[in-house]
Amino acid sequence: MKKVFKMQDLECANCAAKMEQAIAKIDGVISVSVNFMTQKLTIDADEGAMDGIVKEAAKICKKIEPDCRIIF
Amino acid sequence: MTRRQRKNLIRILVALGAFAVIFVIDKIVALDGVFAGRLGFLFPFALYLSVYIVIGYDVLIRAVKNIAHGQMFDENFLMGIATLGAFALAIYRGANGLEIEGFDEACAVLLFYQLGEWFQSYATGRSRKSISALMDIRPDYANVLRDGSAVTVDPGEVEVGETIVINPGERVPLDGVIINGSTTLDTKALTGESLPQDVQEGGEVISGSVNLTSQIEVRVTKAFYDSTVSKILDLVENASSQKSKAENFITKFARFYTPAVVGVAALLAVIFGAVTSDWSTGVYRALSFLVVSCPCALVISIPLSFFAGLGAASRYGILIKGSNYLEKFNKANIFVFDKTGTLTKGNFAVTEVSPESDRENILRLAAIAENNSNHPIARSIVGAFGGDVPSGYTLTNIAGAGVMAERDGDIILCGNEKLMAQNDIEYAKASGTGTVVYVAHNGKFVGWLLIADEIKDETKQVIGELNGMGCKTVMLTGDNELVAQSVATEIGLTSYKASLLPQNKVEEVESLLAAKGKKDALCFVGDGINDAPVLMRSDIGMAMGGVGSDAAIEASDIVLMKDDLKGIPLAKRIAKKTMKIVFENIAFSLIVKLAILVLSALGITNMWVAVFGDVGVAVLAILNAMRVNSKYGKSV
Repeated sequence: MKKVFKMQDLECANCAAKMEQAIAKIDGVISVSVNFMTQKLTIDADEGAMDGIVKEAAKICKKIEPDCRIIF
Repeated sequence: MTRRQRKNLIRILVALGAFAVIFVIDKIVALDGVFAGRLGFLFPFALYLSVYIVIGYDVLIRAVKNIAHGQMFDENFLMGIATLGAFALAIYRGANGLEIEGFDEACAVLLFYQLGEWFQSYATGRSRKSISALMDIRPDYANVLRDGSAVTVDPGEVEVGETIVINPGERVPLDGVIINGSTTLDTKALTGESLPQDVQEGGEVISGSVNLTSQIEVRVTKAFYDSTVSKILDLVENASSQKSKAENFITKFARFYTPAVVGVAALLAVIFGAVTSDWSTGVYRALSFLVVSCPCALVISIPLSFFAGLGAASRYGILIKGSNYLEKFNKANIFVFDKTGTLTKGNFAVTEVSPESDRENILRLAAIAENNSNHPIARSIVGAFGGDVPSGYTLTNIAGAGVMAERDGDIILCGNEKLMAQNDIEYAKASGTGTVVYVAHNGKFVGWLLIADEIKDETKQVIGELNGMGCKTVMLTGDNELVAQSVATEIGLTSYKASLLPQNKVEEVESLLAAKGKKDALCFVGDGINDAPVLMRSDIGMAMGGVGSDAAIEASDIVLMKDDLKGIPLAKRIAKKTMKIVFENIAFSLIVKLAILVLSALGITNMWVAVFGDVGVAVLAILNAMRVNSKYGKSV
């Protein structure tokens, strides 16, 4: 299942790339894309694991760019 | 400017002002001499440090936070180390009675770093905004007629078959057919077409366009999620999720760049210090390294360039589904066209009348005979005549030959060669390709009409342009060899394949794909009708006249919203310029960074040059990226 989230205050392009790499490493993630220009996070993962993955992803984003937030 | 940006700008300007004042005074009166004694250097240090804290407190806080999170090579951390290191070095020199230098540098580095960051944020925000404004076509409401009165509801709540009212100035919320009224629609946001379109009762209206002149009632034919506007928004919002090779290269590069620079910096400090025992110089050079260790200029300017390219294209009604397609399209050098509906208008029209001197009469006679038929050929004749067709004729269909029209002994024969032969009429054989209709009046041959699928006005020019760019142009058609050849010669195609069945088109494209070189890219251009498999199979599928054709929007990589071939060379120009700027930015940033690194290592430059170079290159790369979204001639 693919889910798209809007991100707020994603200001650093290098951070977007770092987030993408880190989220890709979460268990159960099939593919992930952080689009810096459109500020969108696309996660492809199993439906059952999605909620956990999204929470984990939100944590990662906050770690890498503290101001950046995922809008659910 | 967002609130945060404004706040930061004010902070930067205040710090910059304070810094300038302190710096100038320092240079004139040497602040470290104000208070005598060994600790005199602490006075300028305190002044510069206060400016430093004003401008850099957030960098330091983030650096500490990220260290706690295990983000070693974070840019905040590196900037913090570089500047704090410079301060420490200056204090060390001051404490040892050496000449004081470095307070101003440390302060300036962070100041310009922040200025660069601010500029990046501003440029990104502006670019994001310009694109979203462009795609501001989402309708907010629909006036639906329920129980005789208009109710304002969300477009998503309207069902197929319901009637909606669209007032002048309102956006069309859903696709439908006009059942009452006629008006003029502005479809610029959808197609880039600046000329408003007139629509009458029975005509289709497309969601996302704006009603300009008068109120219309529309029967809804598609639910909101199925309507054109939803499809386009979906496409645009999901565009550029496909990353180009250039972008992937840069992110990969960035992963190794920072650790490598930091590593070399550490080595430099240790080796230089060990060899010359001048530790402070070694450390200073290493700190200069850290100033250029952030790959941000590169990382930001590449997606910015692509985004600007996609934006520029969509302004002309060309939707490109991702930066990877823009990149690939730049390489496209084999263009395969579907004939009917793509190179030609896909309708029948009278293209020749012979003898031309008798044109009006021939058309009138033919129109009389063909007036009752709904066949496209008959309609094209009546359409070409244009005037009022005389009535009162008895029309008789002669199967497989044509039509006979009779009124008071006045007999018109209109049909093929067989009809002429059957009636023993001597006729001049027609030349040219297409369907020929012979016309005889009262037993005497009058002339003939040639009816053919009309070539679009712009086809010849576009094919010429593509050929001029060194591209191969190929036409695929189901027409017979003769027709195909004459069309191909007329418009100047490189080659053509005739007599193809629809399923043969895929095979033909497959064989072209197999034959092409490694660096070539094949672009198939079709009108989106029945060619989804070919669109998918080619390197780049390009669908024309995308409005209203869902299958085409889904199957293709590039959609020309307007049914105009001139979008192809235009898209090619945009792709070329984008890729050129992307390449320039990569090369320019890398060269400048490398130069700064080498010069700092050799001690030729100092931290000032490093920070100016680093911020300067970022600003220039961003400005260069903005250039993509410039004008590409008049809207086509």
